Amino acid sequence: MRQPLLSAIVLALGLVLLGAHAAPAGAASVKDPADLGPPRGAPIEEAMLAPPAVPPPIHRNYPARVIVHLETREVVKEIADGVRYDFWTFNGTVPGPMIRVRQGDTVELHLKNAADSHMAHNIDLHAVMGPGGGAAVSMTPPGHESVFTFKAMRAGLYIYHCATPPVPMHIANGMYGLILVEPPQGLPKADREYYVVQGDFYTTGAYHAPGLQTFDMQKLLLEQPTYVLFNGREGSLTGANALTSKVGDTVRLFVGDGGPNLVSSFHVIGQIFDNVNVEGGTLVNHNVQTTLIPAGGAVTVEMKTLVPGTFLLVDHSITRAFMQGALGQLVVTGPAAPAIYDKVSSGPVASSPAAAPMAHAAAPTAAVNDAMADGKRVFGQICAACHQGNGMGLPGAFPPLAMSDYLNANPKGAIGIVLNGLSGKITVNNTGYESVMPAFGAQLSDDEIAHVLTYVLNNFNNKGGTIAPAEVKAVRAGDKPR
Amino acid sequence: MSMRTHIGLLLALLATAPAVAAADYVAIPGGVFVSALAVDGAAARIAIEPFAMRVEPVTNAEFLDFVRMHPEWQRGQVSSLFSGPQYLAAWQGPLTLGPDARPEQPVTDVSWFAARAFCASEQARLPSWYEWEYVAAADVTRRDARQDPARNQSILDAIQGSTGARPGAIGWHPADVWGVRDLNRLLWEWTGDYAAMFPNADARVPGAGASLALCGGSALAFADKNQFALMMRVAALTALKPADAAPRVGFRCVRDPPGE
Repeated sequence: MRQPLLSAIVLALGLVLLGAHAAPAGAASVKDPADLGPPRGAPIEEAMLAPPAVPPPIHRNYPARVIVHLETREVVKEIADGVRYDFWTFNGTVPGPMIRVRQGDTVELHLKNAADSHMAHNIDLHAVMGPGGGAAVSMTPPGHESVFTFKAMRAGLYIYHCATPPVPMHIANGMYGLILVEPPQGLPKADREYYVVQGDFYTTGAYHAPGLQTFDMQKLLLEQPTYVLFNGREGSLTGANALTSKVGDTVRLFVGDGGPNLVSSFHVIGQIFDNVNVEGGTLVNHNVQTTLIPAGGAVTVEMKTLVPGTFLLVDHSITRAFMQGALGQLVVTGPAAPAIYDKVSSGPVASSPAAAPMAHAAAPTAAVNDAMADGKRVFGQICAACHQGNGMGLPGAFPPLAMSDYLNANPKGAIGIVLNGLSGKITVNNTGYESVMPAFGAQLSDDEIAHVLTYVLNNFNNKGGTIAPAEVKAVRAGDKPR
Repeated sequence: MSMRTHIGLLLALLATAPAVAAADYVAIPGGVFVSALAVDGAAARIAIEPFAMRVEPVTNAEFLDFVRMHPEWQRGQVSSLFSGPQYLAAWQGPLTLGPDARPEQPVTDVSWFAARAFCASEQARLPSWYEWEYVAAADVTRRDARQDPARNQSILDAIQGSTGARPGAIGWHPADVWGVRDLNRLLWEWTGDYAAMFPNADARVPGAGASLALCGGSALAFADKNQFALMMRVAALTALKPADAAPRVGFRCVRDPPGE
């Protein structure tokens, strides 16, 4: 962590030294073995890609001048379905685009601040060796541009962020990204590369409270975020936005933690990291289940995807994953690998409800239709994270709600499950599951629970039916259903 | 200062307490307060002499009158030493406001030099930072409400709630306990001494003004680190050179009491 006082002293010393070396003799800079000399060849314009895209690998064998264009923009966007937030960004995305250069490159960084910004902004890149990491020379008012250069002296994966006061607020609103400094020999080949940055967000309203939310200063000070997210939006890496790979691929993730406050326990459920560049440096660890990413730090992880299926990216401080949004998906397609992972069909241990033949649901009434829209919203915001958008669940982890014999045999029993959660062994469609579903009674109203259950019962090829808010209220009050 | 002056100022304050038209000034009694900015690294008690402050920020209509009377401050005629390309950029023409600059909105996109000239034209001056901060510490009922988290949050809400928009109309929020409107929520305002607010923060020297930009710089410069809206304001102002203009930066003027 940068020491403020030390920075100030270093800055002051730097100014003194600059003054001392103003003589024509010139300032002979210290020779550092990592310095590969002055930039050569034509300047290279860095591709500015929206996350989770990663700029292409570098196949150069000489140091170049790389031109990077960043623009700070304050934009209102969705942080979750139906929830908007006033983000402060680099280039309109959270995180800002990933920058990829080679050790010894000279980076010419153009920082523009959009004319309609409220705020002055600047940039501190942890890859920079110099006062403020660039912040001291990049304070930019709205409608202006700052330009500075730095030489990428040390290979590694580094965070960049805005460092304008109040610094925690600028970071909490999304002003961060990653810069990769490749070693001279480059990185080993990977089949897929993706870019993910975790951040914690502090909104005045509760988790999923709809509408425009503003920044909550007290929650920031208490370090009690409303949202913990990958890439600045719940669902940015799930469903249609999921990361993908094929069986046999090597997948490399560049993962940062912008903070401002939380340290990430980064884990991919059902995978083991073959290689981890610890803290983004050159130390490589192998066969890692969960790796720590400091706030203001980063890590490169590589894994081989041997088995098809859906793998969840989580912060394994696991409440954040299932209650605050820190959830992504890596979908691996290809031939099954039963020698590595196989489902051995397990029959029911105790008596289970007989699987009734599936009948098509009766046409819903108008009243049910009203409940449907709200139910769909609740499903998308809460249930889909585990049970998936198509209600099919995840094999081995989360049971299906679609065509579910368990649900259709006792629809009203689901009220208590949503209210109070469910743990222990259950059998759904002849498959055993043993996982933990959290209680949503405190988070969802009677109406919302009735609506989402009615929605589920009338979709995903289930058998139809209606749950009334009064029934939820009764179960909440302690009455047993049926 | 005599007791009589005190009473006179108090009477003036009472007399102007109801809603007043633009260009009215309200008397601000002197006092002592603790600035959120550190002096030599520590919180400091600052003595404020009595003065009078404009109840509302200067509007487009008022600034239009000013440039009509003082053509040397019209867009296209003003010296490039005193203004940049952003000067009055939202106005349709040098003497035409247009749809993006309604008469009742606060004027923005004005340089520090232009703001100073406007104030001089009405026998006034820009406030010092401390004068501005002293008055802005108030809310509707309290002279110093800065330690109330709800008050601070509501200011942040108002600022963030207007992302991407130009400053709206004056007077949506009630006047504060002094009778002054819209100090905290609507826009950033030039102060006369903004360039000297921080050691080494001479905003006329490129780069030096940005010492505040350092992570450590902000921690060192603020004695009260809970005033986020104030930090934003200081950052926004210190990033500007006096000839710069910005869409959210306007101003209001203050006057010294007669006879001083």
